[in-house]
Amino acid sequence: MSARFKAGDPVVVKNEHRPGHIRTPMYLRGKRGVVLKDYGSWKNPEDLAVGRDGLPLRVNYWVQFRMDDVWNGHGAYGAVDTIAAEIYEHWLEPDTNASGKNRP
Amino acid sequence: MSSGKKPAAGRHAHDHGDHDHSDHDHSGHDHTHDHGDGHGHSHDERTFQPDIKEPSEEWELLEIALRELLVEKGVISAREIQDKIEEWDGKSPATGAEIVARAWSEPAFKKRLLADGNKAVADFGLEVPGLKLVVLENTAKLHHVVVCTLCSCYPRTILGVPPLWYKSKEYRSRTVREPRAVLAEFGTKIAANVEVRVVDSTADCRFLVLPQRPNATKGWSATKLAKLVTRDSMIGTAVALPAEGQRT
Repeated sequence: MSARFKAGDPVVVKNEHRPGHIRTPMYLRGKRGVVLKDYGSWKNPEDLAVGRDGLPLRVNYWVQFRMDDVWNGHGAYGAVDTIAAEIYEHWLEPDTNASGKNRP
Repeated sequence: MSSGKKPAAGRHAHDHGDHDHSDHDHSGHDHTHDHGDGHGHSHDERTFQPDIKEPSEEWELLEIALRELLVEKGVISAREIQDKIEEWDGKSPATGAEIVARAWSEPAFKKRLLADGNKAVADFGLEVPGLKLVVLENTAKLHHVVVCTLCSCYPRTILGVPPLWYKSKEYRSRTVREPRAVLAEFGTKIAANVEVRVVDSTADCRFLVLPQRPNATKGWSATKLAKLVTRDSMIGTAVALPAEGQRT
């Protein structure tokens, strides 16, 4: 099984709300970013938290976000600053609306 | 105070090894002198503070209940718990500093460290079990600062236990939104044209920052270089110390 995304792919974090142990921070849900790299496959922590086996393994992507794309100006950051967070593959969708502007 | 007899509280030079501070309030006291100098106040006038603060928050009560139950049922002993706490308290950022210093001194090691942190630190007999150690190189163009907004993920086997500020809601919430203000409060200023990349440690990676090597350190031994690597420089809230060994 090959990974869904590769470095450079524009992605959007799903804007869903699910109960339980979720490692996708609220402030990044629905935000657009770019995949930096693939940090390997891991057992799903959402399942491990409730005693399940966490399989199948999920790919953990390092995703970079422009500050403006996350905060829309409601923050105090440099124009070139970014956030990089690990987001599991099942929380990402391809960003079909991505233009050159979306890339950090 | 004119009787010449010393009050029971005695001298207040800060040798407080045999009692803790909760029995009196130190604010406003100049404690480099003996109370016999007669500045005419007594501790009885202070607001009473209880000696022991009872646990009250839900998480405190949960921890105590769980721990006592595990000990009572013989799953783990109080001694084992204490030994483990002591083992963790014994870990220190000096371990990380050694790794950074070797990366600065040996380009081949640095390359291996950046490619696969877990394998490289095995050279030092270190492990980051079950997790991926990622070493992030700070450069003239890129400054990483690590935070865990969700909890307090930190490369504990390399740096020891994280400082309280790292675990605070203030650090965790502000760093992703106003990184430069937070860095400024640490006394760290990053040039405007340098990208500050806030690394939110949300999953299975544990991040160690490889700070930039200070100028004027050519030819230094790894041991000498390690002294310039502070804990905060491996988190990203500071840069390494300059060659002089202290900041001006």
